[in-house]
Amino acid sequence: MEFLSYLISGISLGSIYAIIALGYTMVYGIAKMLNFAHGDVIMIGGYVSLVAMTSLGLPPIAAVLLAMAVCTVLGILIEGLAYKPLRGAPSLAVLITAIGVSYFLQNAALQIWGANPRVYASVAPDTLKLFDGQLSIPYVSLLTVAACVVIMIALTLFTGKTKMGKAMRACSEDKGAAQLMGIDVNRTISMTFAIGSALAAVAGVLLCSYNSTLMPTTGSMPGIKAFTAAVFGGIGSIPGAFLGGLLLGVIEAMAKAYISMQLANSIVFAVLIIVLLVRPAGLLGKYVPEKV
Amino acid sequence: MKKLKSLKTTTKVDFATYFGVIAAFIVVSLLKSGGFLNRSLTGMLVPICCYIVMAVSLNLTVGILGELSLGHAGFMSVGAFSGVIAAMSLQSAIPSGWVRLVVAIAAGAAFAALAGFIVGVPVLRLRGDYLAIVTLAFGEIIKELINCLLVGVDEKGLHMAFNISGTLTIDDLGMGPGGTAIIKGAQGATGTEKLASFGAGFILVMLTLVIVLNLVRSRTGRAVMAIRDNRIAAESIGVNVTKYKMIAFITSAALAGAAGALYGLNYSSLAASKFDFNTSILVLVYVVLGGLGNIWGSIIAAAVLYILPEALRQFSDYRMLVYAIVLILVMLATNNPTIKTFLGWKSKGKEAA
Repeated sequence: MEFLSYLISGISLGSIYAIIALGYTMVYGIAKMLNFAHGDVIMIGGYVSLVAMTSLGLPPIAAVLLAMAVCTVLGILIEGLAYKPLRGAPSLAVLITAIGVSYFLQNAALQIWGANPRVYASVAPDTLKLFDGQLSIPYVSLLTVAACVVIMIALTLFTGKTKMGKAMRACSEDKGAAQLMGIDVNRTISMTFAIGSALAAVAGVLLCSYNSTLMPTTGSMPGIKAFTAAVFGGIGSIPGAFLGGLLLGVIEAMAKAYISMQLANSIVFAVLIIVLLVRPAGLLGKYVPEKV
Repeated sequence: MKKLKSLKTTTKVDFATYFGVIAAFIVVSLLKSGGFLNRSLTGMLVPICCYIVMAVSLNLTVGILGELSLGHAGFMSVGAFSGVIAAMSLQSAIPSGWVRLVVAIAAGAAFAALAGFIVGVPVLRLRGDYLAIVTLAFGEIIKELINCLLVGVDEKGLHMAFNISGTLTIDDLGMGPGGTAIIKGAQGATGTEKLASFGAGFILVMLTLVIVLNLVRSRTGRAVMAIRDNRIAAESIGVNVTKYKMIAFITSAALAGAAGALYGLNYSSLAASKFDFNTSILVLVYVVLGGLGNIWGSIIAAAVLYILPEALRQFSDYRMLVYAIVLILVMLATNNPTIKTFLGWKSKGKEAA
């Protein structure tokens, strides 16, 4: 029973990582950049939903929608102001700019909401009791897993069936050729950032409900772990991000429960290193042989 | 004068770098003895030297070798804590502070080089962003491992324990009554004797410059840069890729370890959480802003950016916000193709990573 509850907690945490990793992987696939500010967009999403629920008194679902709207606008703004002028610049320059954006968001949140951790009331506070109360599952865990599966299916359909999704795949394959086929590359990239940021808002609400606290640095560590998850599954691949996130969450929960609380992150990262040594392009990543 | 003109441009740049650093040291020392520096600036002199060494050493990996490393602070951490252990445990054996500082820095460099070797073997097999994420992973692993470390010293020698379960304390080391704790797990090193000084920092910076500039201008350095520019071409003309990558990576790690040891001995207490991902990123920012592969650029960027938050003090609470905006604007200004053409800067061609 203990094992089962750890497993459920791991899957729920893993689903959050997966949602964040989906945003990472989409942006990476199309813009070939590590968007370090993604974790901080999650944090902004958390704060917006918190303010919406406590100060404005909105119901949770409205708060989530508001957070998504704000983060989408924020994502498009960040892309337009900070990343678009650097298109074609060395990838490290874009990386440093992303780090600058990340510092900016963290410090802006610090100025607006203060450094003290805020208590975050879960969007689905009750727990489901099974087997005469031996196994209790928080509703928010179920909600997280459900949200993750829905998002994953929706994204797969979106990139596979719709015109915009196909444009995204074309851009991630070859920007030049996509442009020649009449695809508006800039608009497609903005759209990717918008979707990624909206996902970040959802992840923010779920993450804060899981942790029940929120502060300006909340997003950075889950951001790094989700990035790890995206690489783990094969960066650029949507099912890879899903699988990577889920595995990472389960490994982390198990390591915390059975091996060592202190070394849980180390164990996660050690597994990542071993996987990358065996499969250098991640679990589901395509290995592209070099041509001379 | 004639002789100076006949020198190669790279040699001239190198000499200018050495003289610049020496001149800066003399000016700052004069200002310091004249009492022109306030307390917070005086306190920043040693960390600035450490971060200059960090930036130059990371430039060796990112700029010269062309591999993005996001875990450079891990090597600094290894150097810092092994340096602190060496300095504290040799307190009775070597009475002279200067000698102990040198031994500590050497120990820091040696252990960081060892860590660099252990990390380098798997890491350098990977490419691009995968390599970057694995260096990040190693940085975090090193941080957590040191967080679990308990070290103390008594008359019988060093005592070490590894606090995996989180239940051990410094008393579990079984030290004699005269023992002192050096590293207390997550609390880090406490009660460290401050051995570092600005002079020592200057010497370390000069030593780093001599090592890195000579390496870059040597046959080895040219091989490393050939690998950066085109790995396959370099391999096909017989350059041993693994060997030269390892040389550059381990040298970089050892220098970071030396910087770490100096840094660790500049504070009476130091926690492993200081050397986290953000510190690695901070150093990477210095390197990129200073210019990839540009050694004197790294020095200036490290010094200026380390002082910048202090210089922005007039913005008080908003200074980190302003710092972030400055960082973004500088990147936009130096990399935007339109602005570059406008200012008449030529594009330097290919990207390094």
